[in-house]
Amino acid sequence: MDLLRDLFFDYTLRNVALGSAILGIVSGVLGCFAVLRKQGLVGDALAHAALPGVCLAFLLTGSKTPIVLMAGAAVTGWIGMLILLRIVRHTRIDSNSALGTVLTVFFGFGVVLLTVIQKSRNAGQAGLDKFLFGQAAALTQEQVTTMAILGGIALAVVLALFKEFKLLSFDPEFAQSLALPTRGLDLLLTGLLVIAVVIGLNTVGVVLMSALLVAPAAAARQWTNSLSHMIGYSALFGAGSGVAGALISVSQSRLPTGPVIVLSATVIVIVSVLFGSARGLVWEWARQSRNRRGLQAPPPVAPALTAPIQETA
Amino acid sequence: MNTNLLIAVVAVLTTSACALAGVFLVLRRMAMMADAISHAVLPGLVAGFVLAHMAKWERGGELLASFVGAVAAGLLTVVLVEALTKSRRVKEDAAIGVVFPALFALGVFVISKYLANVHIDTDAVLFGEIAFAPFDTLVIGDRDYGPQAIWTLGGLTLLNGGFLALFYKELKLSTFDPGLAAALGFAPVLLHYTLMSMVAVTTVGAFNAVGAILAVALIIVPPVTASLLTRRLPILILLSLAVGATGALLGLWLALRWNVSISGMIATMQGTLFGTTLLLAPEQGLVAQAVRRHKQRRRFAAETLVVHLATHEGTDSEGVESERLHLHNELLWTPEYASDAITMARDAGWITEESGNLRLTETGRGRATEVAAR
Repeated sequence: MDLLRDLFFDYTLRNVALGSAILGIVSGVLGCFAVLRKQGLVGDALAHAALPGVCLAFLLTGSKTPIVLMAGAAVTGWIGMLILLRIVRHTRIDSNSALGTVLTVFFGFGVVLLTVIQKSRNAGQAGLDKFLFGQAAALTQEQVTTMAILGGIALAVVLALFKEFKLLSFDPEFAQSLALPTRGLDLLLTGLLVIAVVIGLNTVGVVLMSALLVAPAAAARQWTNSLSHMIGYSALFGAGSGVAGALISVSQSRLPTGPVIVLSATVIVIVSVLFGSARGLVWEWARQSRNRRGLQAPPPVAPALTAPIQETA
Repeated sequence: MNTNLLIAVVAVLTTSACALAGVFLVLRRMAMMADAISHAVLPGLVAGFVLAHMAKWERGGELLASFVGAVAAGLLTVVLVEALTKSRRVKEDAAIGVVFPALFALGVFVISKYLANVHIDTDAVLFGEIAFAPFDTLVIGDRDYGPQAIWTLGGLTLLNGGFLALFYKELKLSTFDPGLAAALGFAPVLLHYTLMSMVAVTTVGAFNAVGAILAVALIIVPPVTASLLTRRLPILILLSLAVGATGALLGLWLALRWNVSISGMIATMQGTLFGTTLLLAPEQGLVAQAVRRHKQRRRFAAETLVVHLATHEGTDSEGVESERLHLHNELLWTPEYASDAITMARDAGWITEESGNLRLTETGRGRATEVAAR
């Protein structure tokens, strides 16, 4: 019960739990579109591309205000995405290679800038490398507020353009034939993904951010065949793994938050793939073995009355 | 030997080993698998190290165990991603996106929870420190055989090069025509896993020198750059090596000059080479593409013009139809576009202009017939 009371009254714990929950919801919702559009790894590239932005923002302004660093992250993340889209559209390079190229090069450049910052011996430099693995325990109220505002904007846009995004995800050609601005919508959705990644950098860090976009959505997909339900489940799973990760890491000593959040989300994925009510593997195995037994049974006397195979997929 | 020269040798050997491992990975459109493998290697490294530590092996044994563990974890990633994809519950990209962060998180979790005082530096795993490579020498008995990295990475380069040479035909066929390769009995699954092991071993081998992320950069980026320059496989392999080495040396030079991270700078230079190639490649470059599009547009306009003139030649309206202004009214061409087309057609010797009227030449008439017949 102490933990529950601390959740509401302890400053650090409340910030960590609230921040992780906001992040989980936002990335859960946006991750659904990314996963459905087979862009699960875009978040990974984006998160890595954000690193040089964080460093540049710090080098240029000397400030560690969350909104400044987030803006820097968003700018280079966005540039990375534009380069990625251009490569895929105009060359024969496949999307996997393009992703890998953008990801590693931007990250490499970020590492260069990190060493520049370290060598400049600026008094306020400590803590920038926390962006690599995140440091949820150090979340300030200011950061949580920024996360909430940005996340709220992203969710509002998704709500307002839900129908358009849905069409874009499932049938882009049809969307285009309806004269929807598909390219603009595509860019907008990517922009929202940038927001989700940027607010996650403080909490889980560059390296693990992609999991928070992919895992809740991939898990949610196993429970339903409807997009709006999937988004609901995904937000729930995202928030759940965020809060669970935060609580576990704070209650144990020496546990970083990011990895625990990711591990919680992974557990949810495993359970969902096995037991998800819509597509769980266990149900399919049970059905298959039932069908097999049905086939092996002696032929029934009146096949017309008791059809041996009752279930078809 | 000079320290910087030694670092340069290590850097070039690293890029060579990585580029050789990356060529077929990139051609098979599986570049992100290298990223996944490189991240997942961390828990394997830890597991191997911890097991060897508990068994009280010597330092060499610990290193060997962590190497084996790392490679095994890399292969485990491949197996898990494939199992998830085959279950058809999760698409491949999402499967990769779930598996490698999970394994990486597990690694960080174990390190920070149980191994806080054991020396495994996550920073070192991620970024490596090639600058220390010359000082970590291989000592057997009392003899010093020079930097260990040169032996490992040189060995890896030979191993990867040997593998490509031995199975060149098989790799080529199974990459470009998997169906035929399977039908001919080339064991594509075995080949696939061998290639994946090669990537895993190379990543782990390159770790000490350059770290996980840069290893991935060196595996993916040089072959991708080379693929913009050629469509022939042997040339692609050689170009990957050349691009990789150039980027490594440039990056090293700049990093030493500016005193910044060597591995980061090498990755940045690989990216710069890629960006330059993307813009300037002779056939597939963005500039070449734009020029080609522009030329085609002008050629199309000039051909439309001669066909238009030919249609009206010898008719009553010939005089009106061949005026400049008319092109604007009937074909809805902007004045610039029209004069572009006229210049192009005149330069090609298809038309002449006499007192404001355009006239077809003999060649122009022939061209118009050809185009109209197409």
